[in-house]
Amino acid sequence: MTQRILDISDLNVRFATEDGEVAAVSDVSLHVNKGECLGIVGESGSGKSQTFMAVMGLLAANGKATGSARFGEIDLLKANEHTLNTVRGNRLAMVFQDPMTALTPHMRVGRQLTEVLERHRGMDTKAARAEAVAMMARVQITEPERRFAMYPHELSGGLRQRIVLAMALLCGPELVIADEPTTALDVTVQALILDLMRELKEKHGTGFVLITHDLGVVAGLADRVAVMYAGRVVENASVAEIFAAPRHPYTKGLLACTPRLTDAPTAVLPTIPGQPPNLQKLPSGCSFHPRCAAVFDRCRAERPALAEGGTLNACFLNHSVAAGGAA
Amino acid sequence: MWSYFARRLLIGIPTLLAVVLFCFFLMRLAPGGPFDGEAPVPPEVLANLRARYHLDDPLWQQFFSYLGNLLRGDFGPSFKYKDFTVTELIAQGLPVSIENGLSAIILAILIGLPLGITATLSQNSARDYAVSGLAMIGIVIPTFVTGQLLILAFGVWLKGTPFQLPAGGWNDGAFLNRILPVTVLALPFVAYIARISRASMIEALRTNFVRTARAKGLPYRTVVLRHALKSALTPVVTFLGPATAFLLTGSMVIETIFQIPGIGRYFVQGALNRDYTLVMGVTIVGAAFVIVANLIVDMLYAVLDPKVRYE
Repeated sequence: MTQRILDISDLNVRFATEDGEVAAVSDVSLHVNKGECLGIVGESGSGKSQTFMAVMGLLAANGKATGSARFGEIDLLKANEHTLNTVRGNRLAMVFQDPMTALTPHMRVGRQLTEVLERHRGMDTKAARAEAVAMMARVQITEPERRFAMYPHELSGGLRQRIVLAMALLCGPELVIADEPTTALDVTVQALILDLMRELKEKHGTGFVLITHDLGVVAGLADRVAVMYAGRVVENASVAEIFAAPRHPYTKGLLACTPRLTDAPTAVLPTIPGQPPNLQKLPSGCSFHPRCAAVFDRCRAERPALAEGGTLNACFLNHSVAAGGAA
Repeated sequence: MWSYFARRLLIGIPTLLAVVLFCFFLMRLAPGGPFDGEAPVPPEVLANLRARYHLDDPLWQQFFSYLGNLLRGDFGPSFKYKDFTVTELIAQGLPVSIENGLSAIILAILIGLPLGITATLSQNSARDYAVSGLAMIGIVIPTFVTGQLLILAFGVWLKGTPFQLPAGGWNDGAFLNRILPVTVLALPFVAYIARISRASMIEALRTNFVRTARAKGLPYRTVVLRHALKSALTPVVTFLGPATAFLLTGSMVIETIFQIPGIGRYFVQGALNRDYTLVMGVTIVGAAFVIVANLIVDMLYAVLDPKVRYE
């Protein structure tokens, strides 16, 4: 039996705004096993980032999470700030997506790395420095000694992204939540970083959650993929199944949108028609039905549950289970 | 960076010249003159006085002779305090105003900054509202009102109790005599600093880098003090520059209410008496303080933000 490091069940995230409540994440259940990489795919606003902000205890002040997120012996959603702080940056780390603003502008990047080691490993300045420089080298930062003393604005976006990654990996976490970790990197560095992540995964059993809309990265690193739409998981399957035989029309649409080198240069890039829904006014039934080519009457009336039907997916085409059990 | 500051200091010279120019001609445009007292002066005496102070020379000639004296560091004789030069009056009053102003600004920072920042630690709590509310009151009530109220409280109501404080007079700068005027001087600045630091701290706590710092598992205290505070200080420093210059050059209201021998009083009296040279002198000193204060603000920006240091 594989060991689950993170087990999210029935997670709901609501934001109180002036125009009413926004349902950012609804009834999400996901888990990550030791040494496994779970890919999370979806458009902007699909709730993929907020799911894991909730797990990290980093929701904005007007956000509220219910459900549970078990990490080892702790339920992250119920843990107090003190307990969270012994876990965050230590056993559970996050890589943020915007490298230009994710680092404190008035602190040298070296200090931003060493403070993690001082906090969680109790290292002195000298030991922390050696460790931080070594980690900088591991994430492909050339001349780490020199860059250790630099301020974020003196580094390129790609270098900053690698500093953020180094920061997450410093304490050898059991689980790394990476939100678009390679988007700011050029392809060659991206490949090296993915190699490093693969190595950590295989040799040290580090678990990864890879939040991205780059299906290529998912194909390269993920073992399982959860596709999110309008705050819900609509399909959850092994990476092989997702790419070879996607079952949910939204997953099919996403895959069809990926350009391929073998496409004719003049071919029109397919898109999914319509816009992602407004989270305050979700459509009735299946949230995807207004954009779905295979829609039929039941989709407008009832919401399909996430159930077995080739893969774990939420579509009446593959099974007839409605959410709430009334089939 | 140093060449930048040298350049800024040089730009201060034409700025000061412009102040001198405007101030000189504005004063002369005001109706009346320094010798229009309540008791009419005999015409022969007036003519002698005017001649003595070169007031009958063409205005441009007066201006250039004033400017020439100014460059030699001579602010000229006072028209009203006939036994003193303006330089002497400023030398007497300025240290008093600086001492009070400095005490007030330090007090305002020591109280206002912690007040504003701790308010953000519990946003929208009763404590936060209390700070915001008090700050608003501190800003809207003018000093001549708070001054009188404090005099009433500590000078009249509490008379005979250990809390009685001197309600005016200077007594050569005795500590007790300073308490009320410095408090009144500091109050609106406590309020401003609390409000500004609260607003900029809220802003700073919403940044992505504060989120990164929290994701590292740093205790909230460390997140606030090490990561958020420095970027929250920039707006406070921006406000402190001109505020300090304003406080150091004396408050005319407070120096009048509490009968403090600072230079703030001279400004009011000088203007009322058309004491041209005295008003000019105080204005020029004030302008110089503003220029230097803004320069110091720019240097502090460089301390707070390495990006500025770089440019």
